[in-house]
Amino acid sequence: MAHEETVYEALDHAHSDEGHWAFGTGFDEPLAGVDTTVPEGVDPADLGEYCLMLGDDALVLAQRLTQWITNAPELEEEVAIGNIALDLLGQARLLLARAGSVGVLGRSRERATESIPDEDALAYFRDPDEFRCTALVEAENGDFAHTMLRLLAAATVRLAVLARLRESRDPVLAAIAAKGVNELTYHRDHAARWVLRLGDGTDESHRRAQAGTEAVWPLLADVFSATPTEQRLAAGGIAVDPAEVRGEVHAVLTEVLERATLTVPEWPADASPRGRLGEHGPELAELLDVLQGLAREHPAATW
Amino acid sequence: MSMTSEGGHGAVPTGPEVPVEPKPATARRDWPLYEVFVRGKRGINHVHVGSLHAPDDEMAVHAARDLYTRRNEGVSIWVVRSADITASSPDEKDPMFAPSGDKVYRHPTFYEIPENVPHM
Repeated sequence: MAHEETVYEALDHAHSDEGHWAFGTGFDEPLAGVDTTVPEGVDPADLGEYCLMLGDDALVLAQRLTQWITNAPELEEEVAIGNIALDLLGQARLLLARAGSVGVLGRSRERATESIPDEDALAYFRDPDEFRCTALVEAENGDFAHTMLRLLAAATVRLAVLARLRESRDPVLAAIAAKGVNELTYHRDHAARWVLRLGDGTDESHRRAQAGTEAVWPLLADVFSATPTEQRLAAGGIAVDPAEVRGEVHAVLTEVLERATLTVPEWPADASPRGRLGEHGPELAELLDVLQGLAREHPAATW
Repeated sequence: MSMTSEGGHGAVPTGPEVPVEPKPATARRDWPLYEVFVRGKRGINHVHVGSLHAPDDEMAVHAARDLYTRRNEGVSIWVVRSADITASSPDEKDPMFAPSGDKVYRHPTFYEIPENVPHM
């Protein structure tokens, strides 16, 4: 009788019997074959700064999510949150590498040793005022409901931007966006599924979900405000003007909250994009302390 | 905070202000156990790969995606509540399965199978 192939044997055989499916097989290189020259008429400094904006959002949100590792409500949720954080870290890596490749490195390249790649130098050796992320991703996690509300908001905004970024004139940004859209669709759905169950759940979960909503809402004040860099790049077909995604984000968040029987708070008045310009509160400095501490203390260390 | 809760510790707490009948040791059992079956890209059938706890069926499918397809294992996931599976008992192994072992007339041994027919 023929032996039925398990999924693990299939993985092995699909990639010419390399053996040891657990070490990984059949990796797709996401930027394989993508032209990395800077498109015509684009200032590399602008392009690099935009990559830092999107990359820092992903890096900082990934770091916040990993704060749930070892204390998530259930094991399955811990792996899910870990996977979401890893997806974001992958996006951060590609974006920071792109910033490095067009020469935008700030003070980090001097501080990092030669052996460290650009994206690591940017992640570990920039100071808080060199980070270009928004308050929405820097904010602390709070309880599980608060975390899911923040993830819902951040994933909805990011998905809306990346969906449009697939049309970018920069082939690298377009490729990163195409890959990111699949991941973010899943992240947004994961957060939405939880918001629905927490909002339309017990009295206690509803109370916490509403409290989480009220806490996250003010963080949406500056996510639709474009910096001069974004405006220049959007005019050149490279970047997405965040103002364009306001309608979609409002519609999605309203729909999810209403179905979750939660009250949608007043949308905050537009604020200046302070985070994008390097102005951050103490939460970011604390977060970066943990993220960067080991690398800064042992700059040339390897595993 | 009260550790006895309706919805499972941590995810859906009931808190001190909501009176709840204390349930000994059953709080964490509120997430039922599901068995997970995954079909690989080259597979023709779903294979059992493990189990997980989830609050409901939809969350179970998505948890299975996160737990059992991390390394590109599959293209299709089935989840079934473990309670819905009826299984044979190990005690009954002999009466259930031994009788078929020596009945050659149940096997089509007189046919020749061509070489390029893989799944027979």
